[in-house]
Amino acid sequence: MSSVLLEVKNLKVHFPVYGGVFQRRVAEVKAVDGVSFTMHRGETLGLVGESGCGKTTVGRAIVNVLRHVSHDVHLEGEVNYVSPEGTKTNLLELRSKDLMAYRKRIQMIFQDPYSSLNSRLSVKQIIAEPIEIHRPEMSKSEVDDRVRWLLEKVGLQPEYALRFPHEFSGGQRQRIGIARALATNPELIVCDEPVSALDVSVQAQVINLMEDLQQEFGLSYLFVAHDLSVVYHISKRIAVMYLGNIVEIGDSDDVYFRPSHPYTRALISAVPEPDPLRKDKQRIVLVGDIPTPLNKPSGCGFRTRCPLAVASCAERVPELVVKAGGTAVACPVVE
Amino acid sequence: METTAAVSTTALLEVRDLQTYFNIEGTWAKAVDGVSFSIQAGEVLGIVGESGSGKSVTALSLMRLIPDPPGRIMGGEVLYKGRDLTKVSYEEMYDVRGKELAMIFQEPMTSLNPVLRIGDQIAEVAMAHEGLTREQGLERAIDMLKAVGIPDPERRIRDYPHQFSGGMRQRVMIAIALACNPSILIADEPTTALDVTIQAQILELMIDLQRQRKDAAIVLITHDLAVVAEMCHRVIVMYGGKIQEVATVEELFANPSHPYTRGLLASIPRPSKDHNQRERLKAIPGNVPSIMNLPVGCKFCTRCEVKIDKCDTVEPPLVEITAGHSVRCHLVSPTLSQGVTA
Repeated sequence: MSSVLLEVKNLKVHFPVYGGVFQRRVAEVKAVDGVSFTMHRGETLGLVGESGCGKTTVGRAIVNVLRHVSHDVHLEGEVNYVSPEGTKTNLLELRSKDLMAYRKRIQMIFQDPYSSLNSRLSVKQIIAEPIEIHRPEMSKSEVDDRVRWLLEKVGLQPEYALRFPHEFSGGQRQRIGIARALATNPELIVCDEPVSALDVSVQAQVINLMEDLQQEFGLSYLFVAHDLSVVYHISKRIAVMYLGNIVEIGDSDDVYFRPSHPYTRALISAVPEPDPLRKDKQRIVLVGDIPTPLNKPSGCGFRTRCPLAVASCAERVPELVVKAGGTAVACPVVE
Repeated sequence: METTAAVSTTALLEVRDLQTYFNIEGTWAKAVDGVSFSIQAGEVLGIVGESGSGKSVTALSLMRLIPDPPGRIMGGEVLYKGRDLTKVSYEEMYDVRGKELAMIFQEPMTSLNPVLRIGDQIAEVAMAHEGLTREQGLERAIDMLKAVGIPDPERRIRDYPHQFSGGMRQRVMIAIALACNPSILIADEPTTALDVTIQAQILELMIDLQRQRKDAAIVLITHDLAVVAEMCHRVIVMYGGKIQEVATVEELFANPSHPYTRGLLASIPRPSKDHNQRERLKAIPGNVPSIMNLPVGCKFCTRCEVKIDKCDTVEPPLVEITAGHSVRCHLVSPTLSQGVTA
């Protein structure tokens, strides 16, 4: 069995920007600009970065819904699904009819548990919909049984099936969203900020549930989030994005405790620590804001805020180079 | 320690038994129910709680910004410089807001006026409270933008909010709040909408401001315990419209005594160096109750793991267990200062 599940190669996603009287294409937002990584079966890869860095777009490119966001989006590169037998299929090249077979293997959980559930459908209808689409051979009672089973798996009472989303709290809705994602027996779930809208005391419940489900079903998660301590907790590996590129990727211990890239160092040092005795810890406070991806700096995207930038940083985009510990870092300045 | 030495003992503002209710379809929901605390000069006071705990309603009550209807301050006092702010007229309140008490809101995008230039929005405060002309007001705006670290302020005062990024907008909000040098700055989730590196900048800025003015105070309302640990001197933990625990930040993190505080502290991930020893998070079971149907007794009893029968029916009082550390729990008493073991 192939241990690799997904291979993203040089993925580029450019959104057009229209302007002027005739609404012509005037510019391009390079939301994702050459991202490559591999995911293994059963692993959790954390994808972190600040708003606008392209992390959500990477997740959407993998579930392949970008054409529905903008029909004019420019997609380049490969998103290869690797079957257990080892055959690769580039999802970006498939037509929507052929894509159906892969949709059930890659599902998604969304950030906002309020807007991601259709308020006019009952919980049963919400969870049954993907089953009816992907398993049309199942009888009504079989679907019912599966919905009840899924609700139990995510820690909700099966009797809740007939209720509607507004009757639930945020944490419970997120459980419904997880049940819907599980309905098709996926191998990979792209989780886009799955706990950031939840109360602190409920966050831990959902994280624990996701870990349990991963154990039970051998799921892989692409965990997209901005909260580094949560990402560190759940991920085996972490990829850090800045302005559409991965600047560092490696084992989560290395990235969190021994960060190499100057951006990762600043990002980790900015995370507040829940310990009042460490109030005065050394912090790298970055100057300025993240530049807009509409007008990226030449060369390394981070050089305008980087404390270590040298003249040559403006010349070309640094490539990810694997360092001694196995972490890949896109910075020629740090050793 | 420097931080504790900075806290003097004069109370700038005192809140006594504040009750703010909301009328929802004929029943009064007790959003804030009998909250008492004081704000000392020179301190950063944290108010922590989840959605529906009453932390934001407490802040809005101090500012008298509760929309009436449906909300109403039903009782209690907010004593500031010899006046009870819950009793003064709306006109008098105009003089207090912005000048004595100022507030920063969570969403910098929606709290600025999109059709007014930034300079005018800052100048407005100074013009209203200090009778400055527009020219003087704009000069003040330039000074304030400089103080909050916005480059090129002479040019930026002519920009509109949409030309600023989220972090810059929050700086503008702080500039507006501080334009008339208020004694109390209330910051309601000031960094929740911001990225972590920008959050670090804003927190740094607030700490600097606090160090410059020993006679003023900051009230920081947040759900993020890590931000509390870094910023605050004293912390109030709220749940179900009531104060559940009050302590200095060092005491609260070293010796959390209310089962809710303990649960909160246990539920946040704390990265430890050894990945293999990463523990499973300890979640608090259940959901935050709606303020429409809070339990009769202890507000936390529906989710508490150590509750006894009495908790369902009798609300425990807020009891001081050691100097400056008060807890609202039947299972914690002054003699048993170690708190309950969950």
